[in-house]
Amino acid sequence: MDTLVLGISTSGFNLSFWVGVGVIAGIYAIVALGLQLNVGFTGMDNFGMAGFMAVGAYTMAILTVDHDISFWLSLPLSMLVTMGFGLLVGLPSLRLRSDYFAIATIASAELIRLVAQNAQGLTGGNQGIFCSDDFSRCYDDAWVKVSDTINGWFVDLGMSDPPSALPLLVVAWIIAILLTVALVRIQSTPWGRVLRAVREDEDAARALGKNTVGYKLQSLVIASAIAALAGWLLALNLATIHPTDYEPIVTFFGYSVLVLGGLANYWGVPLGAIFFWVLVEGTRTLEIFESESQQVALRLFVAGAVLILVMVFRPQGAFGKREEMMLGD
Amino acid sequence: MEEVAERRGARPLAFLGDSQRRARILTFAAFALILLVLIVFEGLHDVLQTSINGLSLGAIYALGAVGLTLVYGILKLVNFAQGDMLAFGGYIAYLANVTWGLPFAVAAILAMVFVALIGVVYERGLLGPMRERGAGILQLLLISIGVAFILRAIITFIWSTNFKQLDVNRTGTKEILGLSIGDTQLMVIVVGVSVLVAVGLLLRYTLLGKRMRALSDNLDLAETSGINTRQVILITWIFAGALAGLAGVMAGAITDLKPEYGFALLLPIFAAVVLGGIGDAFGALFGGLLLGVVIELSTLVIDPKWKVTIGFAVLILVLIIRPQGLLGKARTV
Repeated sequence: MDTLVLGISTSGFNLSFWVGVGVIAGIYAIVALGLQLNVGFTGMDNFGMAGFMAVGAYTMAILTVDHDISFWLSLPLSMLVTMGFGLLVGLPSLRLRSDYFAIATIASAELIRLVAQNAQGLTGGNQGIFCSDDFSRCYDDAWVKVSDTINGWFVDLGMSDPPSALPLLVVAWIIAILLTVALVRIQSTPWGRVLRAVREDEDAARALGKNTVGYKLQSLVIASAIAALAGWLLALNLATIHPTDYEPIVTFFGYSVLVLGGLANYWGVPLGAIFFWVLVEGTRTLEIFESESQQVALRLFVAGAVLILVMVFRPQGAFGKREEMMLGD
Repeated sequence: MEEVAERRGARPLAFLGDSQRRARILTFAAFALILLVLIVFEGLHDVLQTSINGLSLGAIYALGAVGLTLVYGILKLVNFAQGDMLAFGGYIAYLANVTWGLPFAVAAILAMVFVALIGVVYERGLLGPMRERGAGILQLLLISIGVAFILRAIITFIWSTNFKQLDVNRTGTKEILGLSIGDTQLMVIVVGVSVLVAVGLLLRYTLLGKRMRALSDNLDLAETSGINTRQVILITWIFAGALAGLAGVMAGAITDLKPEYGFALLLPIFAAVVLGGIGDAFGALFGGLLLGVVIELSTLVIDPKWKVTIGFAVLILVLIIRPQGLLGKARTV
């Protein structure tokens, strides 16, 4: 009965569509949490999240598909590799002024993406990565098993036909919430307070004997580890890893989520993510436009309008404090 | 500040003069050496032929870069919307040139006027009022990204995501000294370089140029010395917009139009700006041409599919080694 109604009526509530939106919102909540740590709490305008996500996802897939390493082992390994990239990008660029740092990080991310696109032997180039040539193993094999188990539980609970993305929704949001809690707790430690001191007055923090570059580097490396999480989830959601999934627009959408939730407020981020993606994807369900191009246009328009309107009318975002935004500059 | 940068590293080549002169001399020496090596191994003809391709690409970068650098110099804003302003110019030219059937030159001028208008609306409607409210760097940066999205949304909405082509002769070539130059390529180089030199001279020798430089040195000081800063800022945007529009049309003449092509040009344009020293119009002209030639020359030694990557690698290298640019002074970083 249920599926019949959902399948046919486009104006009604389409569960699997909204589960998909929820997964994307969860992934972007994680991206924006990393940005919050850098932008909101350390005062570093990191525009390279998409690149770090790509490193996390590609390393995970290359290890599992090409080197036959277990998926579960590939996760910590690929996170370490991503953190290494964070270190590599941060070491030379952190001494730059904030706008130069923004350009340096976005350029690094694009460099990573272009290498992924052109180094066919390593990354599959424009074909992307999915399975080994003989299809004997794919990077998401282990996840598909877990996903089936979780959906089995939903069936046991009485759901007749749980959407295939439901387990990913659950896992993405568990990670997002745990991460939020962890970051909030870290922020109240002495380490977190030094980060804020760095953001508010780097010279003063240095005068107090704090190694500010070291703190900024740590902040960037943690953000790149967070990006690896988001990169895996994106790879599992799309079931293929392709260079175009890691374009700078991913980072820009992360910033939209960040400013909607508000700077220097971790709990605002998940709420901002839900609000942003319901707004962006919700416009799709209105079916105002028929052509694919016009749908793409509408999505870009909403994302652009969000950035401009929030920055003009409420730069502190929904849950941020105005002083934090001003100090962040 | 300059002293601080001077102190940072040892000065092994002090006999070449101050840090700025040293960087220039070393750059030209390195570039000349690379050229020489390439000529020896690849032959003079190939190197010249490739350099011509590089110059047409470089002219496009330079056109976009001068606008970006002028705006940065005065407002300290890294305008992420520059790439999509450029693309808008290309599509306006498409509308005039293909849809309405007007001559290419008229279409190019219309595109320049239209994008200059976008610049004016952007400044007067958004950026100016925001600056008056004391908006910070990040706030303005994110607004420019928002504007970039809106411009690309309008392009995608009107002209769809399909490829479009301007009505130019892409097959005609001329033989000059044994080198074959595409007619369109030649036009891009001639138009680009002559417009840029004209703008450069204008900035250097007119009162307007002097005022712009005064603003970029110190906006408050310029204002208190009686310069109408609002007017100068607006004129800067008109320049930036018109040049971006022209860059978009020129890029559209040698490649296809699609909504993302402007954004794809943005990072090489950043690279050209940084290479020339951010805020320096002549530097941007030089940086754009140099980057274009370096990118094309790289195809002599490595697989052409990697050439876009070279642009980013140059940008990152310059940011690491000499963030103030090859021509710039240390004070801006």
